[in-house]
Amino acid sequence: MVDRAILEVYRYLPDEETESRFQSYEIAYQDDWVVLDALNYVKAEVDSTLSFRWSCRMGVCGSCGMMVNGEPKLTCETFVRDYDTETIKIEPLAHFPVIRDLVINMDDFMEKLPTVSPWLIPDEERSVEDGEFLQTPAQVAHYQRFSMCINCMLCYSACPVYGLDSSFTGPAVLALAERYNLDSRDGGKKERADAITAHEGIWECTYVGECTQVCPKGVDPAGAIQMLKLSYSLDWAKSLVMPKGGGGA
Amino acid sequence: MTKELIRPLPRTWWLRKQSYLVFMIRELTSLVVFAYAALLVGMILTASDDASFSGLFEFLESTTSVVIHVGLFIFAMFHTITWIALTPKVLVLWRGDEQIEPDVIAGANGILFLLVSGGVLWLVLG
Repeated sequence: MVDRAILEVYRYLPDEETESRFQSYEIAYQDDWVVLDALNYVKAEVDSTLSFRWSCRMGVCGSCGMMVNGEPKLTCETFVRDYDTETIKIEPLAHFPVIRDLVINMDDFMEKLPTVSPWLIPDEERSVEDGEFLQTPAQVAHYQRFSMCINCMLCYSACPVYGLDSSFTGPAVLALAERYNLDSRDGGKKERADAITAHEGIWECTYVGECTQVCPKGVDPAGAIQMLKLSYSLDWAKSLVMPKGGGGA
Repeated sequence: MTKELIRPLPRTWWLRKQSYLVFMIRELTSLVVFAYAALLVGMILTASDDASFSGLFEFLESTTSVVIHVGLFIFAMFHTITWIALTPKVLVLWRGDEQIEPDVIAGANGILFLLVSGGVLWLVLG
């Protein structure tokens, strides 16, 4: 089945224009087309100057995040047929600088990512001969939902706190920090504390909760941040009561 | 290097989505909770002085005060209910290998709220 839709696409060509604008493309689409298919059709058949990012086309790489009718979406998972409006408005992810058309600059996110040491920091060094770090299914369950992040940055586009103040560490990075803090193989909670509890860290979050709503992988960054607040607050309280033994992970 | 375009968030960002608006109302209603706390402190501070205490009570019994309080009560309840609904996100508890259901956490907080409120009512009216 073929239907028609009008894509109203955000255009910004910095070498030729100083302002952004919208350009309309009327397309005939098939029932199984996602928004990314429609953009690829435009790029291949209508206007080769249109720029956007994509890679895997299966909701894994996190490259094709855009604002679709004002909502942050992975365009490879967003079907054109699901929009009953005649016009579908496509914009670059909100809150990020635009390099060209639908391509945003993600440097800020990439710079913040390593600040919380999102990798396993074992309590004690182990050699290969010591064998693998074993975990029970229950130990995996503690952190698994926070480990599904694909770094698509939709949560940053949904977060007005980040939109108002880009120094905020942000939802995905903090959720990853909690993912490792909750891992039974990890002992790096104290090492991550400075970055997580900094002014621009967890305390910037006012719990709007939209990051969780838009996450295509069900990660729940808002929940992770609130858990971090409670966890580090308890550590702080313990350190007051037991200055020598408290406050640790 | 090409010039990047910065798109600042407008001041009216919270009107763009219903969820943003609900968030703003929840945040603003915390001022109502603060107002209640201030009133409680005021009652405690004036309790030792009969004239001040009866003056405060006289105001609280006035029609204006009752109308204001009905409004404040609705906002305070909105804040309380939305706050309790969020508690399972913060308090993730495990019973052995199983996570305790979020509804149980929120329900327990709700029951605790009702018990404490009932206790305060019993103290005031009893």
